[in-house]
Amino acid sequence: MNGCINEMKLSFIASSENEAFARAAASSFISLLDPLVSELAELKTAVSEAVTNCVVHAYRDMPGGIVYMQIKLFGDRRVYIKIRDKGCGIEDIGQAMQPLFTTAPEEERAGLGFAVMESFTDKLRVKSSPGNGTVLVMEKVLQERSPNECKANLSDKSGRKLRTCTPVR
Amino acid sequence: MVSIEINSQTLTAHLSGDIDHHTAAAMRTEIDRAVKSAPIDKLILDFSNVSFMDSSGIGLVMGRYKLINELGGKLIVADPPAYIAKVMKLSGIGRLCEIINTVRR
Repeated sequence: MNGCINEMKLSFIASSENEAFARAAASSFISLLDPLVSELAELKTAVSEAVTNCVVHAYRDMPGGIVYMQIKLFGDRRVYIKIRDKGCGIEDIGQAMQPLFTTAPEEERAGLGFAVMESFTDKLRVKSSPGNGTVLVMEKVLQERSPNECKANLSDKSGRKLRTCTPVR
Repeated sequence: MVSIEINSQTLTAHLSGDIDHHTAAAMRTEIDRAVKSAPIDKLILDFSNVSFMDSSGIGLVMGRYKLINELGGKLIVADPPAYIAKVMKLSGIGRLCEIINTVRR
């Protein structure tokens, strides 16, 4: 069963307060697939980067712009995240995706948003043109969870506790 | 949130909660105010209680490196949780400052 098993759509104002809201909502929905703590942290970070780009860049001169987030969960444990804006668009996508490239150094933007999204997901696609907004799609396949995993695999390589069948503090 | 501790010439900024684009600005202001008002030669950013960080946190570290470097001091990043350490590694920030792991409290 590899088809879409669940889907959510959300739209919200591109304000910095909503960055935390967006990743909390994404995290809550993706949790339905019982991801590892590390996988969830990575996806939350990727969502945070994408939404921050909408706030800082896409709608910089358009207060009240709307961010559209869609998440689909698939039977093969694939998570599909689409984040879309109707903001200014990106002139040169290749340049924008270069690590450390930023148009806002005075705001201490590190220019690592796309590098983080690429590193924390399996696939990243960006479609944009000036004046037409940006569509960003990220996909990640979560690790299989076996019934034995609750006892067999309580911590990851770094020693951090993983999410298990029993509640973890 | 930031709490500041000064011990001799070392200033430790204990960071807690989420570090994102929304929260980083206030943290930056608070740390910089403390750094500029105390005669220190070492700034430690303690990440042990940080619950979330995206690349805004890298901007925060890079900016504090620039400040302490201008003042002739040294920056240390302490105890980032595993996945935050991964973001730091990706950024290459280890070339600017030492990243240490002290004994967990």
